Parts: sequence; C-alpha cells; structure tokens
Amino acid sequence: MNGRKPFVLYTAMAFGYAFLYLPIVAVIAYSFNKSRMVTVWGGFSLKWYGELAGNTQILDAAQRSLLIAALTATLAVCLGTLAGLALARFGRFSGRNLLSLLTSAPLVMPEVMLGLSALLLFVSLEQLVGWPERRGLTTITIAHVTFCICYVTVIVRSRLVQMDHSVEEAAMDLGARPWKVFFVITLPLIAPALLAGWLLAFTLSLDDLVVSSFTSGPGASTLPMVIYSKVKLGVTPEINALATLVILFVAAGVTIAGWMLHRQGKATG
Amino acid sequence: MARPASHSSLWQLWHQVFTDLFRWIGVLGRELSSSRGRWVVLALPMLWLVAFFLVPFLLVLKISFASAVSGAQPPYSDMIGTAEDGALTLRFAIAGYQLLLTDSLYVTAYVNSLVFATVSTLGCLVLGYPIAYGIARASPAARAVLLVLVILPFWTSSLLRAYALIGILRTNGLLNQLLMGLGITDAPLVILHTDLAVYIGITYNYLPFMIMPLTANLMRLDFTLLEAAADLGARPLTSFLRITLPLSVPGIVAGSLLVFIPAVGEFVIPDLLGGPDALTIGRAIWTEFFSNRDWPMASAVAIAMLALIVVPMLVFEYVQDKRLEGDRR
Amino acid sequence: MATARPHATVEPWQDPNAEPILRIEGVTKTFGKVYAVDDVSLDIYRGEFFSLLGGSGCGKSTLLRVLGGFEIPDKGRVLIDGVDVTRVAPYERPVNMMFQSYALFPHMTVEQNIAFGLKQDGRARSEIEDRVAAMLDLVRMGQLGRRRPDQLSGGQRQRVALARALARSPKILLLDEPLGALDKKLREHTQFELVNIQEKVGTTFIMVTHDQEEAMTMSSRIAVMDAGRIVQVSTPSALYEYPANRFVAEFIGAVNTIAGTVVDAGEDRVVVRAHELGQDVVARAPQPIPVGTDVSIAIRPEKIDVREQPPSGEDNVVQGKVADIAYLGDVSIYHVRTDSGHVLRVQETHAARTADPHYQWGETLWLVWNAADAIVLAS
Repeated sequence: MNGRKPFVLYTAMAFGYAFLYLPIVAVIAYSFNKSRMVTVWGGFSLKWYGELAGNTQILDAAQRSLLIAALTATLAVCLGTLAGLALARFGRFSGRNLLSLLTSAPLVMPEVMLGLSALLLFVSLEQLVGWPERRGLTTITIAHVTFCICYVTVIVRSRLVQMDHSVEEAAMDLGARPWKVFFVITLPLIAPALLAGWLLAFTLSLDDLVVSSFTSGPGASTLPMVIYSKVKLGVTPEINALATLVILFVAAGVTIAGWMLHRQGKATG
Repeated sequence: MARPASHSSLWQLWHQVFTDLFRWIGVLGRELSSSRGRWVVLALPMLWLVAFFLVPFLLVLKISFASAVSGAQPPYSDMIGTAEDGALTLRFAIAGYQLLLTDSLYVTAYVNSLVFATVSTLGCLVLGYPIAYGIARASPAARAVLLVLVILPFWTSSLLRAYALIGILRTNGLLNQLLMGLGITDAPLVILHTDLAVYIGITYNYLPFMIMPLTANLMRLDFTLLEAAADLGARPLTSFLRITLPLSVPGIVAGSLLVFIPAVGEFVIPDLLGGPDALTIGRAIWTEFFSNRDWPMASAVAIAMLALIVVPMLVFEYVQDKRLEGDRR
Repeated sequence: MATARPHATVEPWQDPNAEPILRIEGVTKTFGKVYAVDDVSLDIYRGEFFSLLGGSGCGKSTLLRVLGGFEIPDKGRVLIDGVDVTRVAPYERPVNMMFQSYALFPHMTVEQNIAFGLKQDGRARSEIEDRVAAMLDLVRMGQLGRRRPDQLSGGQRQRVALARALARSPKILLLDEPLGALDKKLREHTQFELVNIQEKVGTTFIMVTHDQEEAMTMSSRIAVMDAGRIVQVSTPSALYEYPANRFVAEFIGAVNTIAGTVVDAGEDRVVVRAHELGQDVVARAPQPIPVGTDVSIAIRPEKIDVREQPPSGEDNVVQGKVADIAYLGDVSIYHVRTDSGHVLRVQETHAARTADPHYQWGETLWLVWNAADAIVLAS
C-alpha cells in the first residue's frame, strides 16, 4: 500500500484543512483591505488597525479581558493542581468520588447552564449577605475559575498518572519530607502540565462570551461581549483587524509555549 | 552605637514580623507534610467547586420550581413562605416544566438543538475521519505539523471563528463569489441565516474535537493488520471497512461525544449564523433570561437540557464498560 | 551456577547470640481481600546479601516496600537494630532503596541526584562534594557526573541509582529487581560488580528478584516466597540440594519429580512405590516418614547417571529410550522415556570435545542414581 498515493485521502485532507483555515485566512487578508466594503479588495492598508488603536471601548474591554484571563488562569492552576494531586496521589479517601464528579461535571455542562447557575448564586448571595454589591470583574473571574479548574485538573492529573511515582518515593526515601518532595521533585516535573493548564485556562477565559454575559454587570463588558454586540450589527473591517490581532496573539503564544514544552520534554524525558 | 529608642523598637518590630513570617512558613511546611496538610490540599478545590458549582446548580434546580414574579428583584417567588396562620408553606410551581412539554416553542428548541448537534457531529465525522487517518499514517515529522495545524484553531476564539465564517457564507461573501466565478451558480446562494449555516458553523468550530481523539485511536492501530488483510487478499476498501473502521469505533464514539455534548447547548453559533427561527435551547435560555426576565422558566429549560446530555454520556459509559470487559477477557 | 559465594565462612544465622540488623515479626499486609504479605517473620544479619525470591505477585516487592516505609503493615513489626520502625516515615528511616525503574530525578544531573539525600541530611557542602566524588568512583562513573539521566545508558543509570542509594550510608540497602531492566549479557557482568561493591562497602543488602540464577549467584541467603508467605530460607547451595518442598525444588533449577507412596521406611531412607515408573525407588528422607504417606521424590537431572549396559549394585535403576536431545554447548539434555511412559530429564556434561552427541535418538539406556541424591518432598 505504501508507494501508491491514496488520491482520495489526500483530496479529503486538503479539503478539511482548507475548511479549517480558509475563513481565518480571509479575515486576516481583509483586515488589510483599504476599502470599507468587505467584499471588494481596495488595496493594502493598515488604517483599520489605526482605528482600532483609537477605539477606547475595545481597548478598555481588551484590558479587562486580559486581566480576568490572567487572574483566572493563575487561580485555576493553583486549585486545579491541588485537585489533580489529590485525585492522582492520595489513593482512596472519603470524598474522592465527589471531587472527581465536581472536577468533571463542568466539562460537559453547557456554557449557558454554567452562566445561569453562577448568576443565580451571585444574586442569592447578594440577597443573603449583601455581597457582591455589583457584578463585574470579580464575579466573572470566579465563574471562569470554576470551569477552568476542571481543565487544569484533567491535565495535571493525567501528567501525574503518567509520571513514575517511584521518583517521588525515591526522594522521600532519601530523606525529603512530603512538602519538600512536592516543591523539589513533583512541581518541576509537572511544570509543563501547569504551563499547558495555565494557557488553556487563559484562552478559555479570554474567549468566553456566554458565562461572562451572565455574570457581568453594567460597564464591565469583556472583549468577547463587545465583539458579539458589534458582530450582531454586521461585519466591520475593524473587527477583522481585532480578530487578526487576537488570532496571531494566541497562535504565537501557543507556538512558543509548545516549543518550550517540547524542549523541556526533551530535557526531562 | 546607640539608637534612638523609637528607632530601635521599630527595628525590633520588623525583626519580629520577619521572624514570625518565617516561623509560620515553617509551620505551614510542617502542616503540609502532616495528614492535616493532605486535608488542606483536598479541601481548597473541593470547597471552591461546592460553593461555585454544586450550590449554584442546586439553586437552578430550586428556582426552576419557583414561579416568575415580574417587577420583583429577584424576579421569582419565594418557595418557602409563611401562611396567614404562621405555618411554613412550601410551594412548588411545576408550571415551567408543564410549559416545556406543551408549548411548541420549547419543543421546537429541543428538536432543533438535537438536529443541529446530530447533523454537525456527522459532518465532523465525515470531514474529520480522513484527516485523522492521514495524520495517523503520516511520517513523524509530517504528523507533528498536521497535528499542530488541527490544534491551532482549537486554541483560537470560537466567537471570532464564527465571525470569520460570516464573511465566507454571506450572500456577497467569498463562497458565493467563488461559485459564481467558476460558473457553478448564476445567482448567489442564500446560506447565512439558514440551518445549513448552523451545520457548517458547528462542524467548523468542533472539527478539532473530533480529529484529536480519532487520531489518537488510529495511531494505536497496528498497520500490520492491514498488511495482513492485504496479504490474505483483501482490497484496500475491504480492509478499511472490515478492519480499520471497526477498530476505530472507540475513537469515533469519543470524538462524537466531544462534539455532540457542547453542540447541544451551543448559543453563539446558532445565534450568529442561524436564522431567527433557528431556536435552540441555548438561545431559549438566553431569551427567557435576558429578554423575558423569566428566571424560573430559564432554569427549567436548562435543567431539562441536561437530560439531552446525560443520555449520550450514559451510552458512552456503557460502551466503555463493555470495551473494558472485552479487554479483560 | 549453584555455588555459594566463598565469603560465607561466618554464618551469623547459625549463631544463637547474633543480633539481627533487621527483624521482621509476623508482618501481614493486605490490599482489599488479597493477602500480599501473609504473616512473614525473618531475621537478617549485618553484612548479608539477602534475596527475596519468587514469581510475580508472590508479595516480595510489597515486603520490600514495607521495609522501605512505603507500605504500613496491617499486623506485625519491623525492627532495625532493635528499634521499631514499623510506622516510621520513609524519610526518617536508616534504609535506602534502589528502585526497579531507578527513579532517577530527570531534571537533575548525576551529581545532583547523588547529592540529593546528603542535602536532605543538611551535610556541609564540602562533605557532600567529597562523598559524591567517592560514590562516583565506587560505581566507576567519575567522568559522567555532569550528565543528565536521559544521556546515560541503562547500565549507567543503574549504577547512578546504586550510588545515590548508597551515598547516605544506609544501614540497609533495599534493591528492587536491580538488574531487571538490563539485557542478559550486561546483567551477568553486573551481578559480580554489585557483589563486589557490597563487599567493599559492607552494607546489608536486601534484594528482590524473580530470577533464581541471579539470587543464587549473588546472595548469602535466599528466602523463597509464594502467595505472600516465606516457603524456605536457606543458603543458595542448601536451597538447591535440600529443597523443603516441591515448590522450591521446581522453582530452583530443573528437577525430575516422581509421585509415589511410601512402602518401607528406614532410619534416613525410604522405599517409595512410584506408580509413574511402575517400580520402587529408594530415596533419602530428612526425617522419618510413616509407611503409606503420599510423597514426591525429586532428582536433579545432573545427579542421574547414564549407562549403555544394564548396571548392577546401584540404588536405583530405570530403563528407558532417548526421546529428545538438546545440545546446549557445555551440556546436553536428554529426555528419556521409561517403559511406563514417564519422561525423565537427564543432563550430561561435555568434558571432552566432540561434535557427536553421546547417545542416539531411540537408544535404550539405563538411568541410575544414588538414594542420597534423591530427596523426598512433602507434596
């Protein structure tokens, strides 16, 4: 079978990859279009990027989104690592099934459900204890952390399960106490998983529209919320430019992280 | 050298603070190495998830049984109240659930969600299988490149990718320009704001979710099996249908589940790409909540939606169990 | 094979006044309903190279993990130098372990790996450096201290793991299948090297292995384990020559076993009616066995002599035909089918060089052995 080119397979693959990339490539191309008409190529121009730089609404939302994403990713990595550690290393303990359920259920929960339930909690809390007075950055971050924990847990847990447990036992055997084993041996070895988990949580939070819409309050729109309201009104070259920047930013981040992980993976086996 | 008294005490204070700080860090370290430390590791994520996932979920369940009170804040009735004689009363309103079954609007939303999710899952399978198969059979270097190309879109915002599709599918968009330029059609096809656009949108968005588990499965496939089949006289198509396809069923099931489950609750894609009549559960909840401010109804719709997700999950568990049993045998 | 190490002039286990460095008292460890270790008691003495030998799942690794502090037994005690350490955490025990996977820290160099345990003890930096250098010398890895584990071969990793475990001068070194990951050629070489290092440092070694040849070559004493229990504890030669039961006899080396019933019992020998051979055989019995007991008789293949003519005056004579011949270079193995249909395995050493086998396929032979070489086992 080798030798003979499976023509059908290659055609199907080419079609699939074209399907995946054509829309993105089109958006990037049209972001440099001089014409306001989205369908007509009017020559190369950077003017939409210029307009973007002057749009305080978008810049404000982008800043807020990046802050929420960074906070979310950091908190989710801390909590998710603890959960992953407990599930992978503590053996059988009471509450294990509950923790396992709680860290996997949000993965299959539709976003609308997550958003709705978080909002109902915040409203009830406000009634009961007067907090949160107004919804915004804090409430969005809490809601984001809640579903991001689960992704981090999955990643950390699977890394820990793959890892040779006897490496940690060896450190303990050589006189290191459990917390020292964690910081000197376990943490450096699962660092790639933590980085991957952080990045995933960061992009999930940065992309989220639905949960943010439910848990946000007046004057606290995130970037996806601004994009959504603009897109509802139609395709604009400005959004093309914004989309291009976001896509390139994420692609560059993922590529660099992937490369770093690859190098570290080589070093630590 | 004599210090002024106040200076000295300040210095001592700082010294005390730092000594204490390090002492407490030491205590923390000792705590973490004891069984109480284990408890801390366990309790932190557990408490967070109980407080911000489990409790809210139960709240949704509770509110789905309340009735809407317009103008009130929050806009739903208290279920536990006091009757005139001072006795506690518990009022369950199942009106929301009754409406779900009788109002054609909600029935349509559920049927639409199921149809959108099913058709798109099939779309992902048809498009994704050749890609996964090609990746699995490629040389290691090519495989890495092809896999990265699949994974990259997964990392980019689904909202922006839905937006990108609008530019392709609209009446004067790229697709129609291409079709008319090639002379395939005379007049532009209306795709955007139709069900077809939703199928394309969901397929486009979730394609990586199908390809990744399928690739993992096909990479485990022992290709000498195909050589053995060929050696025994099977033509390529036969060995694909009789060997590869049956062995990749677990990957197909996993990939389909990863596409189907989020597709059922999807809000953004039907909302941006579908027509006004492309009502899905996600859109119904959104509307009930933001436009009608009927929180109990939104909660009831959401709870009922879980049924659509739990069923395929149970099927998956069943398949997994059977497979594990098969492995043990 | 089967020669005990010559150093065994002193045998502390024979001395009633000797204090064991490790005492295991009635240790039991269960996982769910499975008894991984079942009421094991054992004394191990200073300077021993002790092996726990058994098939997979016999409980030998669990017992080793109990000694290392990674499993807490359900019942029983572990004493090191008379101190009860049953519930002492691994990081506070005066023992170190060499793991089957070596468990080298992948993100540290060879030197950092070896220094790890010394750093935990809070030793001075210069002392650590000296000790690391000495350990690298001991395992002949002096040039490779700066490498990372993934830049080492399997044999080199094995030596780093050994050096790391020995660096803290533990009272006891635990070795979990130390040669399991090496290929056959390297394994044989490393067996002797490990024994030499043990003799040099004088530490008590306790090794877990499933390879009986490895255990025989390296150990001062061997405990054979089966289903969580210790079946027999002996020196390698005693284990081979005087197996306690059929399990040990078959586990250590090749053996012919013949089932039968005791028909006559003397002081240290019995006459057994072997149904499979259709005749009586005479064997040595370590203790008196009453007439009528069902027993097995074990005869090692090399203890059977082959005659081409009917012999006379021998304890046991069995007639048969050659059914299979395997030429192994130093020896040949013959399968001889007796007239009753039972197959006996016979080993002939090639003292003189010849390309021809001694005996032909289908040739009629007479097999003889001394009563003292056949041992009666409880079945």
